[in-house]
Amino acid sequence: MLEIHNLNARVEGADILRNLSLSIKPGEVHAIMGPNGAGKSTLGNVLSGRPGYEVTSGEVLFNGKNLLELEIEERAREGLFLAFQYPVEIPGVTNMEFLKASVDARRKHLGMPDLSSFDFMKLARETSKKVSLDPAFLKRGVNEGFSGGEKKRNEIMQMMLLEPNLCILDETDSGLDIDALQVVAAGVNAMRDGKRSFIVVTHYQRLLDYIVPDYVHVLAAGRIVKTGGKDLALELEAKGYAWLEDEGA
Amino acid sequence: MTDFQQQALQLASQQQNSPVWLRPLRGEGTGQWQRASWPGRRTELWKYTPLQALQRTEFQRWGRALPQGVGSASLLPLDAIRLVFVNGVFDAQASTEPHAQVVHFSAASEPQRALIEKHLGRIVNTERHLFASLSNAWVQDGVLLHVPRNVILDKPVYIVHVSIPEAEAVIVNQRLLVVLEENAKAELIEHFVSDAQAQNSFVNSLTEVSIGNNAELQHYRINLEQEQLIHIGGVHIDLQRDARYRGFTIAEGSQLKRLDYQINHRGAGAHAALNGVYLPRNNQLVDYHTNVEHWAPHCTTSEVFRGIISDSARAVFNGRILIHPHAQKTLAELSNRNLLTSDKAEVDTKPELEIYADDVKCAHGATVSQLDDTAMYYLQSRGVSKTQARTMLSFGFINELLQELPRAEVRDYLHHHLAILFGTATDLS
Repeated sequence: MLEIHNLNARVEGADILRNLSLSIKPGEVHAIMGPNGAGKSTLGNVLSGRPGYEVTSGEVLFNGKNLLELEIEERAREGLFLAFQYPVEIPGVTNMEFLKASVDARRKHLGMPDLSSFDFMKLARETSKKVSLDPAFLKRGVNEGFSGGEKKRNEIMQMMLLEPNLCILDETDSGLDIDALQVVAAGVNAMRDGKRSFIVVTHYQRLLDYIVPDYVHVLAAGRIVKTGGKDLALELEAKGYAWLEDEGA
Repeated sequence: MTDFQQQALQLASQQQNSPVWLRPLRGEGTGQWQRASWPGRRTELWKYTPLQALQRTEFQRWGRALPQGVGSASLLPLDAIRLVFVNGVFDAQASTEPHAQVVHFSAASEPQRALIEKHLGRIVNTERHLFASLSNAWVQDGVLLHVPRNVILDKPVYIVHVSIPEAEAVIVNQRLLVVLEENAKAELIEHFVSDAQAQNSFVNSLTEVSIGNNAELQHYRINLEQEQLIHIGGVHIDLQRDARYRGFTIAEGSQLKRLDYQINHRGAGAHAALNGVYLPRNNQLVDYHTNVEHWAPHCTTSEVFRGIISDSARAVFNGRILIHPHAQKTLAELSNRNLLTSDKAEVDTKPELEIYADDVKCAHGATVSQLDDTAMYYLQSRGVSKTQARTMLSFGFINELLQELPRAEVRDYLHHHLAILFGTATDLS
């Protein structure tokens, strides 16, 4: 699904990712944890193609294609999805309009016919209920005036509509209360079908009680310093990251 | 006098249909028009808007009576008191039945005539508004919207000005006077539209509004005309004590389009809110000049203008707020944001704040920018192409103001019109 080899990336002149390698097979859930400034968010941004994130060397293969050569929108259409840590507010563009445009683009890429507006609105309303978001939100501006939790649930709703192959959740749990966290986790779990893969970037072990990962990686100073199973997250919760940084150094 | 001044005056003097009681105003207008020095690049009020397009054209006549019903083509679906004019001539067939509160000057009752004589040409300051003098010099007929004390007009008033090309270039004068007495309330939609053919007229439109104590007007002024049309227009408003004015205006560009708003807070506690959108494309120009003067204390002004300037088009926005010495406790805000979607697009924006009172809160700002990079990235990261993302964001920038419009028919009409213009039309609801 995803093969990252010796990836180096910089932001505003600072090297953030250093020789990062990671391999993800279909159906796997990989959690990425690590201290602040380790490069966790950078990884998601680089993979999605965010402007300003410069790859200096390394290779990323997504479904066998050279991901780094693709435009931002082409990566999305190929089935890569990044749930933003800070979803963007776009007043004046309705959520419904935005969702239809993105789903149309993905379906077209997959050679599927366009959904009629009627069918799409029905689908969008049903999906919004799955993440406990009032369908009235569909008529509002994208994320406009949404609370933090509503924005995150909106991200999960988009993920459900787009049916990506690889979902990257960038600190989707940050700032969520336990109820919202459960909604988000249930949404993710409902999408685990043995083929779709996930990268779950988080600060908090708590999320991994609900979304149980196959692997836990610790990112420190731009590379993976330790990999383990789900128990590693509990160990990190108890011991912090310092011992690993020492180990890695 | 320039050739154009002479030409226009000559045409004005040929028109002798006006009621006798309007003659003094015509005489006054004629004198001012003759004496006025023609604006050039060094005239502050016309600095960025050359009038060559006007001077280039040989205007032969005023608009003439066309077949009735022509104006029906481009109307908003609206249950309203509707008056349609085609090239300045009343189109009774396209209009609704006569209404007691909306009358032609020539059909005004005695008390209505007194109102016209009191206000017509008196709300506008012709010293600052040259083309108002021409309108005064011409004044034949016009429309009076009069809402008496404590009356709430049950339907909106919808005045449509349709332009269609005539064999020879013509001048069209439009005159509207709105008088709302104490506690009155009305909604007014002025719609300037043309058919799709290349236009050859010059529309000189002038609306004067008097809003009495605690009265309220909701006003839309829509300027969607083919780009060859020349339009110079103004809205001039006097607000008395506790009066409320809520206005929205939108303009597509043309070879010359200049629109002025003058708002005077004459009585304490008045409120004015004016939002506007301008969208010049190709080689078009739109020039909005707004001037809000606070003469009395405790008044509030909120003004938001947004423009998208594309291709080689140009926009001018001059928003002035003037707080006179007695206007203590004023709250005034003015914001102007511009989006340039091409390297050749240009905007000259100038927010001006002049304050002569010491206890006021005022804010003003203007920005000129490109599309928001983060929003672009967000849309693209969902598979939306760069081109489509640009279109969606441009439309969204304007749509924010459209969404706030209280009259659904106007909102839907403009939303649909602009969605086609931007290429974002869908049937999602």
